[in-house]
Amino acid sequence: MDPILVYPDPAPPELARALDLGGWSWTAVADTDAARRHEPLDGWSGAIIVAEPVGGTIEEPLRFCRTMRGSDFALAPILILVGGGNLSELEAHGDQFDDFCLNPFHPLEFEARLGHVLRRAGHDSKPDLIEHGPLVMNLETYQAVIDDRPLDLTYMEYELLRFLAAHPGKVFGREALLSRVWGYEYYGGARTVDVHIRRLRAKLGEEHASLIQTVRSVGYSFGKSRWSA
Amino acid sequence: MERQQEYVLRTVEERGVRLIRLWFTDVLGRLKSVAITPAELDAAFSEGVQFDGTAIDGFSRVHESDVLARPDATSFELLPWAQESESSGRMFCDISNLDGTPFEGDPRQVLRRNLDEARELGYALMAAPEVEFFYFASGDPADGPPQPLDTASYFDLTTADVASDLRRRTIHMLEAMGMPIEYSFHEDSPSQHEIDLRYTEALDMADNIMTLRLVVKKIAMERGTYATFMPKPLNGVQGSGMHTHLSLFRGEENVFHDPDDESGISDTARQFTAGILRHAREITAVTNQLINSYKRFAETSEAPPYVAWSRNNRSALIRVPVRKVGKPESARIEYRALDAATNPYLSFSLLLKAGLRGIAEGYELPEATNVNLFELDDRQRRELGIEPLPRSLDEALDVMEESELARETLGDHIFEWFLRNKRAEWAEFQSQVTPFALERYLPQW
Repeated sequence: MDPILVYPDPAPPELARALDLGGWSWTAVADTDAARRHEPLDGWSGAIIVAEPVGGTIEEPLRFCRTMRGSDFALAPILILVGGGNLSELEAHGDQFDDFCLNPFHPLEFEARLGHVLRRAGHDSKPDLIEHGPLVMNLETYQAVIDDRPLDLTYMEYELLRFLAAHPGKVFGREALLSRVWGYEYYGGARTVDVHIRRLRAKLGEEHASLIQTVRSVGYSFGKSRWSA
Repeated sequence: MERQQEYVLRTVEERGVRLIRLWFTDVLGRLKSVAITPAELDAAFSEGVQFDGTAIDGFSRVHESDVLARPDATSFELLPWAQESESSGRMFCDISNLDGTPFEGDPRQVLRRNLDEARELGYALMAAPEVEFFYFASGDPADGPPQPLDTASYFDLTTADVASDLRRRTIHMLEAMGMPIEYSFHEDSPSQHEIDLRYTEALDMADNIMTLRLVVKKIAMERGTYATFMPKPLNGVQGSGMHTHLSLFRGEENVFHDPDDESGISDTARQFTAGILRHAREITAVTNQLINSYKRFAETSEAPPYVAWSRNNRSALIRVPVRKVGKPESARIEYRALDAATNPYLSFSLLLKAGLRGIAEGYELPEATNVNLFELDDRQRRELGIEPLPRSLDEALDVMEESELARETLGDHIFEWFLRNKRAEWAEFQSQVTPFALERYLPQW
């Protein structure tokens, strides 16, 4: 599935986390120029617009919606996240979005609404498998196998592996992994990430432990070993 | 339904898990388990599993006897020793009252509460224990004195070593359960072994210690032998301890490290160490909770009963290892009194609280002790201002009873139950005529 456009850039952390956890592919953009620059060949699958009020009103994000709906982009579907205080402003702009969700949002409601608008637009082919060399992760059943051997993972190990495997070759710092995978405050802080990486490597087994690379003084990346292209 | 609970439900379904074991720990540090079927799992997550606590040590109360086990979905693991057809998983539980509040008799909740307090100050506690134990031919006292499985000594590797096969299987199983092992080698007593766990956050580590003790015993049993964490099972042979390395982190930073300090440790580390030293006598009844624990202190090597610290003198209670160059995250202190028969949730709680007290009150760390304390006599040690740890469980309980720090850390329920229970154990011991007394006195008097 092509990525979903998310406005603004950077996306609010709780939104980024909900999208990552849901396994969605997405790109945050700051303005229409960025939306054009990053637009996938087949167009965006949809958009999530966070209607942050500026000076009390959400005119600015609504203007962004209008442009994205225009003939240049014809972007659909659009899901707006809006605070309760700005709800009334949506009334006059019913044609510029497909659904809305109150912000702060409940993750389950958000996931359900997003799935719903995308499905209606025929854009719901959320990836349900991640394959990388010997590793296959089924996102529907939460199961992972390596060389056809099932991996016995704890929930956090599974989420960490899934996040890394969904972004092969990309380097993530510990803090970034902590906020995007764990999201909540955990006793161990950023060191937790190291501990879980070690546990994951132990479970992947010696042969495949190098699927997760340590990038010195930066963090971790997945998949790009010296044997890969 | 939380996502992590959904993960457990799906995994149970996909992997054909037949039984889910809900684990928790009694006040004396023994693992307890309630098994449920997959059909009960959903309700276990939403409502908890109700059971009568009266049969569990430290769980009984005057009024309400029922408590709820609430499984911690993030701790779900498939048990690697289960048969293919009888696949089972485990989760650690927090125990709560029927109204949902944390149950005051649950050691895991005690550690949670103390870690929460540390977190409010911005600290995370990391722990790395070195767990020692013996393999014997039998664990039944009726079979006579314990028989070591081999007589190989330190770092020996012989193919005939049955114990090394046991240990290999154990390590393999621990790693399959996601517990990376730092070292594992043969200690210097017959059939004694040591497994060092890589450091992790203290609550996870306490869970890991519970798992490790079970795995070690289980695999020994499969091979028709017996593994024990009893602190001092053999006369004239070094006992089993659990030296534990501790450090505090703030985010990614180890606050025990100070690059500008000539010895590489920070003021925070000094104050934390001073806190543990000052309160060491008060927490010993818990860190060394068996009457037998104090036999280990009577040896002259790895079990230092003197309240002192040093850089590299193994006769001190706390060792502050010289740091590895270029590894700031490895700055730590090593508490050497602990033994593996402790309740790790309670011991970690007390060590943390004592250390934090040192930081909060800005305790001054005394000079390091660089003499071998075993070679001095009591008077010489007194002149150096070095106190001994309590010499018996009885004395340790006396000191603990006066400790406001121990009461606050453990909470009234556990504090009082522990003292009552251990006083009774001591009274029972005192009423026994020991083999020593018979051998020594019967022929003479």
